[in-house]
Amino acid sequence: MSEFLHHLAFGIYPYIALAVFLLGSLVRFEREQYSWRSGSSQLLRARQLRIGSNLFHIGILFLLFGHTVGLLTPHAIYSLFITAEQKQMLAIVSGGAAGVICFVGLTMLLHRRLYDPRIRKTSSPMDIAILALLWAQLVLGLATLPFSLAHRDGHVMMQLSHWAQHIVTFQGDAASYLAGVDWVFKAHIFLGLTLFLVFPFSRLVHIWSAPVGYMFRPYQLVRRRGRGARVA
Amino acid sequence: MKVRAQIAMVLNLDKCIGCHTCSVTCKQVWTSREGVEYAWFNNVETKPGIGYPKDWENQDRWKGGWRRKRNGKIEPRIGNRLRVLAKIFANPDMPEIDDYYEPFTFDYEHLHTAPESRAMPTARPISLITGERMEKIEWGPNWEEILGTEFRKRSRDRNFEAVQKEIYGQFEHTFMMYLPRLCEHCLNPACVAACPSGSIYKREEDGIVLIDQDKCRGWRMCVSACPYKKIYYNWQSGKAEKCTFCYPRIEAGEPTVCSETCVGRIRYLGVMLYDADRIEEAASVENEQHLYRSQLDIFLDPHDPAVIAQARADGVPELWLEATRKSPVYKMAIEWGVAFPLHPEYRTLPMVWYVPPLSPIQSAHQAGHIGWDEKGLPDVNTLRIPVRYLANLLTAGAEAPVVLALQRMMAMRMHMRARTVEGRMETEVLKQVGLSVEQVEEMYEVMAIANYEDRFVIPTTHREYAENAFDLKSACGFSFGNGCSTGGSTGANLFSAKRTSAGHQSPRVQIRRVAAKQAEEV
Repeated sequence: MSEFLHHLAFGIYPYIALAVFLLGSLVRFEREQYSWRSGSSQLLRARQLRIGSNLFHIGILFLLFGHTVGLLTPHAIYSLFITAEQKQMLAIVSGGAAGVICFVGLTMLLHRRLYDPRIRKTSSPMDIAILALLWAQLVLGLATLPFSLAHRDGHVMMQLSHWAQHIVTFQGDAASYLAGVDWVFKAHIFLGLTLFLVFPFSRLVHIWSAPVGYMFRPYQLVRRRGRGARVA
Repeated sequence: MKVRAQIAMVLNLDKCIGCHTCSVTCKQVWTSREGVEYAWFNNVETKPGIGYPKDWENQDRWKGGWRRKRNGKIEPRIGNRLRVLAKIFANPDMPEIDDYYEPFTFDYEHLHTAPESRAMPTARPISLITGERMEKIEWGPNWEEILGTEFRKRSRDRNFEAVQKEIYGQFEHTFMMYLPRLCEHCLNPACVAACPSGSIYKREEDGIVLIDQDKCRGWRMCVSACPYKKIYYNWQSGKAEKCTFCYPRIEAGEPTVCSETCVGRIRYLGVMLYDADRIEEAASVENEQHLYRSQLDIFLDPHDPAVIAQARADGVPELWLEATRKSPVYKMAIEWGVAFPLHPEYRTLPMVWYVPPLSPIQSAHQAGHIGWDEKGLPDVNTLRIPVRYLANLLTAGAEAPVVLALQRMMAMRMHMRARTVEGRMETEVLKQVGLSVEQVEEMYEVMAIANYEDRFVIPTTHREYAENAFDLKSACGFSFGNGCSTGGSTGANLFSAKRTSAGHQSPRVQIRRVAAKQAEEV
């Protein structure tokens, strides 16, 4: 890959993707909230969803959490407790396990979406596209495992987290950290950024609405006309 | 004491003829859209039967309503907050569309285009979801219409509990009644409590329970939590929808569509005052059979000066206070005690109440002599519909209140008959059931004659109390979510490509081809 394309993909594209992700979500929430939903198809067919959806969500939540913490925690902090080598092993084992769980679930969901006539016929193109993208991304993620096992000293992992940290802290030279890494990592990152890009246009927006607040609100809600929700 | 007002409904089942006009007019107005074809905000079921969706009264299966914990507190039967969230990825307690019915249309086109053939062409059902031909329609909102299907299946009706039901399968002993059902607009709604995104709410001014279509995220917990299964998931929009109690009409002082169009004049609308501070207490009493009584206890007497003073302090408009004093619901539920909540054991404190139906005296008794009880009234235990069945439906199995209500309705008939036919007052019977002549005359006026003004006492909403009407200038009025945005209704939309099912869009080319081929063979 030429120098320019490399910089475009890993130095510029992340900002385009993140900007669309954040602004797109904001605009959709503001203008099109009626379309803001999880898009469940359980009513039409519960079979395959019961196991598939649970496995997928548990796996992907763990992976999301793992990637965020793993990539963005500065080396100086975690090195107080754990070496880079140990951290990489931890990531491979736990991420690999969660990845397999997620893979089983996602494959079931994708199969259901494509081959169950009720689900297929009521899917929007984006419903199918987003599942396929996630599936490809997960396969790429799992494919990085053998590459990671080939260099157990953790230096590639360090490069990747440097890249991520430089991106989020707006330091211009981020792309240079990905210069020598294997193609599979680059592909995984590129597709990951693409997922951020399409996020606001898909049902993924329901992630923003994870109902954590439910744990702390009273059971009954009473609204007075013209004012916001009020406690009973 | 915190006084709140609610528009409540009473359905006089004694007069319901099961014509489904309420269901059809409701459907035309509210759910004749893609995604909710299967949803009937109002449907009429023939009881006994397992109903729509199948087995809706079986809360061991669907986990609707509230559960009283050992410490005396109540929580939604689907589980505490953590359990609700744990079910969010796939809700194990949610009915599938087949439990309602797969929505369908008929291949009418075939009737136009079928070539000449020996047999008459027929319009076969086509799924509105897949667009494919359906071999058989399996269920619907009134599938057990007038004792349809076998007794063995219908007898799984939960209201047969503690009833020796086998005998009612015999032709000579069979019985039936109609049960029109809609959202109960409960005082203690389980759907509100179970909504993870907090999109369902009860309106303070009139108690109508609504879903904020913008805020709903489609987590589907309300579908399970509602024990009456009156929240429907719109598979097209991905949002939950429910009966709105026709709030735009109510606000204008008009009855709901189902009430307005009821040809049997069985529906009543009126305002009730209740003490909002005692809702939880009333819903938490230990003995299920006391729930009917505990709900009655939190309703407030609109003639009591202390109640009126407190209601004014709590912001209940004067027009509404006046309406409560004329409320037909208050009269039937409290003064005469002839109307009951549907399944109080769900602990939701429902606000759509039912007058139990009288039924013919059993033929065995008719042949010889009608059984008279010690009060000089016909023995209600000889009615065709078992009292216990009605009690299971309306009072969690407590028979005494239902018996009294049936006796009062009989006494009303005896009195009016004596007065108009024989020209005498049947005061002895009235005394036995605890009614005065004035009361029974009013009962007759409201329940038997049922003039429009007596059935519907609806105050208009006082917008000036809560909202600046000037802000509404140039607003777009009623809409499904999104305010004035046209998103979702136009063809091209950046965010939400509209999901249309094959059944709604494409001409049925394949089917026609099959028909043409058959014609060639002929």
